[in-house]
Amino acid sequence: MNRVRLFRICVWGAVVLLAGFLLVSTMLPEPQAPAEASTGTARVGGPFSLTSHEGERIDNQSLTGRPYLVFFGFTHCPEICPTTLFELTDLMSELGADAEKFEALFVTVDPERDTQALLASYMTSFDSRITALRGSSEETETTLRAFSAYAAKVPLEDGQYTMDHTTGVYLVRGDGSFGGTLDMHEPRDIRLQKLRRLAGS
Amino acid sequence: MSYSNKVAIALSLASITILSSSAASAHDFSAGDIRIGHPWSRAAPAAAPVMGAYLTLTNAGPEADTLVGGSTPLAERIEIHQMSIEDGVARMRPLPDGLEVAPGSSVALAPGGIHLMFIKPARPFAEGDRIEATLEFARAGSVRVEFVVQRNAEGKPDTATDHGGHTP
Repeated sequence: MNRVRLFRICVWGAVVLLAGFLLVSTMLPEPQAPAEASTGTARVGGPFSLTSHEGERIDNQSLTGRPYLVFFGFTHCPEICPTTLFELTDLMSELGADAEKFEALFVTVDPERDTQALLASYMTSFDSRITALRGSSEETETTLRAFSAYAAKVPLEDGQYTMDHTTGVYLVRGDGSFGGTLDMHEPRDIRLQKLRRLAGS
Repeated sequence: MSYSNKVAIALSLASITILSSSAASAHDFSAGDIRIGHPWSRAAPAAAPVMGAYLTLTNAGPEADTLVGGSTPLAERIEIHQMSIEDGVARMRPLPDGLEVAPGSSVALAPGGIHLMFIKPARPFAEGDRIEATLEFARAGSVRVEFVVQRNAEGKPDTATDHGGHTP
């Protein structure tokens, strides 16, 4: 009798385990995630809508058919953000008219401190073809998700805060597909090549 | 001090000299055993609320010293920060206890790592400006320095060769 009971418990245990495994494995999107990240077709360039430093509404619809590059930053960033903007300015100046063929977008991850007025003043230091974008915190979150990018507010001791954020420059081709990233540490010629390719996409 | 320590210091001083002689207007300052090599700050965008600044610290003395902070009339305050990039994400954290320089060693504050941060500059720093500041060390005390404002670490006016043309 005891053995039969033990057998039943084992069988039911196995059934529960199997059901649990099936449930979890169907709920987890994990097997698809790496494939999407490597082909980059589904994870970059999803819907977003933000306001430019000149007050214009810019969203993924208004960019349809036009290649663009986008990167995330904030003005309280002493290094990466201004450096990226200065280097883009420099690259775009070398590209000349080719740089007219794509949009260059700088999305603030800190809309709380980066007001439109501050961004308008900040952007006067760079190529006038670079557009700063900001949105509400929800719009900013949506945009980060659209590019699988990351940003987080980190409180500091004195009541101030800083932002952790993804540093790469995303390239999106004219057909809306992900064209890779621009790394400011790679050789200048490679970066120019990538931007020329983007311009022609 | 051991012979190897002396060689290490001589080599690091030599490398600093070589590095800074290639940079625009190399300049050094010292306080006691601490030598401060080529303090520079990056030309900032208009209205930038913060600006990074860099230098090399060399401790020729027998005891550790710590850079604990600094001040300048041209910014609200100066902080010491550590920047890092991991998995494509940039993080910046203050070093509230300052930056220790071990005896006989050299620490470079450089883009992509530890840096000073001018908080709320009184005005935009333009290329070629010299920013007066005072740095505070736990042992060596305070020392007046001047940060040269450059566009980049190399001190070149532009990263391009002959293709300048930045929007001012």
